[in-house]
Amino acid sequence: MKILSLNILDIVQNSIRAKADKISIEITESVKNDLYRIVVTDNGTRIPVDIHENITDISEATRTKRKMGSGLPLLKYYTEMTGGNLIIESIEGKGTQVKATFSFSHKDRQLLGDIAGIVIILISVNPDIDFIYRHFTDKGNYRFSTKETKEYLGLNTLNSRSLLEDLGSMIGENLKEIEASGFVFRQSLKEVF
Amino acid sequence: MSKILSLADLKKKRDELKSGLDIRIKALNPENSVQVKVAMATCGIASGAKTVMEFFLEQLDRRNIAAVVTQTGCMGYCYAEPTIEVKLPGQDPVVYGFVDLKRADQIIEKYIKTGEFVDGIIPVNYETVDLNNKEE
Repeated sequence: MKILSLNILDIVQNSIRAKADKISIEITESVKNDLYRIVVTDNGTRIPVDIHENITDISEATRTKRKMGSGLPLLKYYTEMTGGNLIIESIEGKGTQVKATFSFSHKDRQLLGDIAGIVIILISVNPDIDFIYRHFTDKGNYRFSTKETKEYLGLNTLNSRSLLEDLGSMIGENLKEIEASGFVFRQSLKEVF
Repeated sequence: MSKILSLADLKKKRDELKSGLDIRIKALNPENSVQVKVAMATCGIASGAKTVMEFFLEQLDRRNIAAVVTQTGCMGYCYAEPTIEVKLPGQDPVVYGFVDLKRADQIIEKYIKTGEFVDGIIPVNYETVDLNNKEE
């Protein structure tokens, strides 16, 4: 996977599978501190202890038992390429936190990509999950929450295509405002198809 | 279109649209609508499932097809990713492999609209991946 937003999509799948109903994605980037950090936190069931030990070992990604795959090992590999690390904490009754830290300036650090598109996909296919997306840069920060959006608009679902497209461009415009790095903003598939 | 920077801007735009038809909010019954499941595990995502997912979300809506698009985990056909499973109401699900945008377009136009099969079916005795049972 060449871009970070796809890795985020992949990690969030784990949270969805753990039956989380609240998932937070937090990106912190700082040129000053040479830091690029992605934190995905959920309130799902915890990772079983026997699995947790080897969860980032790609040789444990089995085809037959199908308990774990290659998503986390890959992410770990990408962080370590830049001199960073991957920390996974999982607590019974609280949930799981995956913290991937990269060096901002390292040439092997991937770019973020179309994160707004990823958030929109997640909202549209998981209407019952609360998503919080936060992005911190040296210039400022942005916060998007599906729950707050629903409350503000007085809707109980965001599942309307035109609304989701507007939300996507809202997230994109805000990321531009705070000068998020490596982020691609594509308004619609029209350009692709 | 003016920039939407905050929820207030968004709300203003929605209010302006309210007279139009554009505020359809879907409440679909999965039993009698088309179900599209996109495999979105590591293998699928790495092969482009995101684009396929966006395509289905956008085009099914634009072509006025009542469909529920969801995601599923790895179905075990990593070699054929991106894979999707399409279930027409009252029929067995069909799994398509190597779904690029061209094939996705054919699937909508032919299979979903008329029931005519298109290339790329993964022929197996196949049962829907049930996440709950899979855990055991």
